[in-house]
Amino acid sequence: MSKTNTLLIRTPEGVVFSQLLAGPVTRFLAWVLDFFCVLVVLMVVNIILSFAMVISMDMGVALLTLAFFVISIGYGIALEWWWRGQTLGKRVLRLRVVDAGGLRLHFHQIVLRNLLRFVDSLPFFYLVGGIACLVSRRAQRLGDLAANTVVIRIPRLVEPDLEQILAGKFNSLRAHPHLEARLRQRVSPAEAAAALQAITRRDEFEPVARLKLFSELSGHFRAKVEFPAEAVEGIADEQHVRNVVDVSYRPRAADKK
Amino acid sequence: MIIDLEKFMATGRPFWTELEKFLDRLENGTSGRLDLAQLRHFHHLYERASADLAKIMTFSAEPELQRYLENLVARAYGEIHETRERRRRVAFWPWITQTLPQTFRRQVRAFHLSVAITLVGCAFGALAIAFDPEAKSVIMPFPHLQGDPADRVAHEENADDDRMTDGKTSFSATLMTHNTKVSILALALGMSWGIGTILLLFYNGVILGAIAFDYARAGQTEFLLGWLLPHGAVEIPAILIAGQAGLVLAGALVGWGKRIPLTERLRAVAGDLMTLIFGVGLLLIWAGIIESFLSQYHEPVIPYAVKIAFGCVELVLLFLYLSRAGSSGQTPRAP
Repeated sequence: MSKTNTLLIRTPEGVVFSQLLAGPVTRFLAWVLDFFCVLVVLMVVNIILSFAMVISMDMGVALLTLAFFVISIGYGIALEWWWRGQTLGKRVLRLRVVDAGGLRLHFHQIVLRNLLRFVDSLPFFYLVGGIACLVSRRAQRLGDLAANTVVIRIPRLVEPDLEQILAGKFNSLRAHPHLEARLRQRVSPAEAAAALQAITRRDEFEPVARLKLFSELSGHFRAKVEFPAEAVEGIADEQHVRNVVDVSYRPRAADKK
Repeated sequence: MIIDLEKFMATGRPFWTELEKFLDRLENGTSGRLDLAQLRHFHHLYERASADLAKIMTFSAEPELQRYLENLVARAYGEIHETRERRRRVAFWPWITQTLPQTFRRQVRAFHLSVAITLVGCAFGALAIAFDPEAKSVIMPFPHLQGDPADRVAHEENADDDRMTDGKTSFSATLMTHNTKVSILALALGMSWGIGTILLLFYNGVILGAIAFDYARAGQTEFLLGWLLPHGAVEIPAILIAGQAGLVLAGALVGWGKRIPLTERLRAVAGDLMTLIFGVGLLLIWAGIIESFLSQYHEPVIPYAVKIAFGCVELVLLFLYLSRAGSSGQTPRAP
């Protein structure tokens, strides 16, 4: 089976949804953050228990030994249980542990994946876990394989701002309803999506690349349906693509009925 | 066909928002127990979001909206299709009196294997010491065990001061944490197809066999039993149970003669593994206390007969607990 960066789940309703898997580097960074968190907690506990050592050295050392053990093992278990698959490091890097089958994460899965860190962390710096993560199909370390979990990236969920994306203003293509309808018929969903993506991400491109991209896209759409010269001449390629996206995704009011 | 995104979002948004709120309540545990009407409505919202996702994936590839709906459907899918019981609170008494011993018995074959591997290790350790006394320095990891047992016994029995003064509690804590780490390692090494677990159990057996033979040969059997039995009667079975858990994990990984896929095999034993290792943790807490507060004291402070009797009682009680407790109740399936 080939390696994938996406967890695909097909529901009994026939719908497929995907979740982006986290890679070993991001996970390692999250672990480093968690490591420092544990370190800080241990330092605080150490300071608190040093007062107990004044009363009884034996009791203080015993409490310290137990606290170190419980915190270093329990940190991941407790936080992943309370924050539904997230530790502080995972939260910062927008990662989450989920069941590999898309089902609810159970406590015993969290316990198992955290206890198996004992093997994943061998011989040093999670070498075994890192290698397992690199070679496993779904970027799972041994603990994840045993507990049947994966670590996914949580996307930033924002609704698309249609007013910002689509033309919103005068659209010269709308002056020719029959050609507009033909364009909508000939443009495939994939082509429309590519144009929409180009508009959405226009500010991320270098100026030259931006001009070239919109020139190519505009040329492509101009060849699909030939509009009268007054409708397409005198407008920039980017505006033309914006008009095409507007026509594709926002049919005129009469069509909606 | 390309869908009218504006209309699509305006129509779908109220349902998506409602589903999102539903899911937040369910995940936070603030929804209480849903009645049939609420469940039907939740299912309707899930189906509606699924249909919207299918529509947008087929007719339009707007990535932000697709990601939003995928996330929503993924969360709802996890809630609706989950058939395993969710336990927010673990009732300790039923767990200790039923779940743990029942789980132990359900996986008892792995325990037998764990015992057999340790016994082979014991025999190896005893034979190694018998035929090559020089091997003692290699096999025994603790310096105080490398001398003559008779000298150690004489030293311990004639000691005037209590060497454990002001150190019993911290020694006990060290023993608990160290032994628990070894036990977790025995479980985790099950992921090496059991090879690591077998080696760890074997090595444990080698040390045990070598010490036992060394003390028995020196005529110090009574001291040995008095020293090891009080805590060993619980500690050694605890390590064996940790090995049992490792072998159960290895068995699920190897999956001899089982037609179910690897993920299902691992899913089936995950609950049992957690139960066993938590049980091991509890046993080791007890063993740590006994080893620090009782095992380190010898005659004339505590007569060996008392210590041996104490260890025997522990062993019998542990055997009865693991073999009998919870047998009248229904054997639960692994969660």
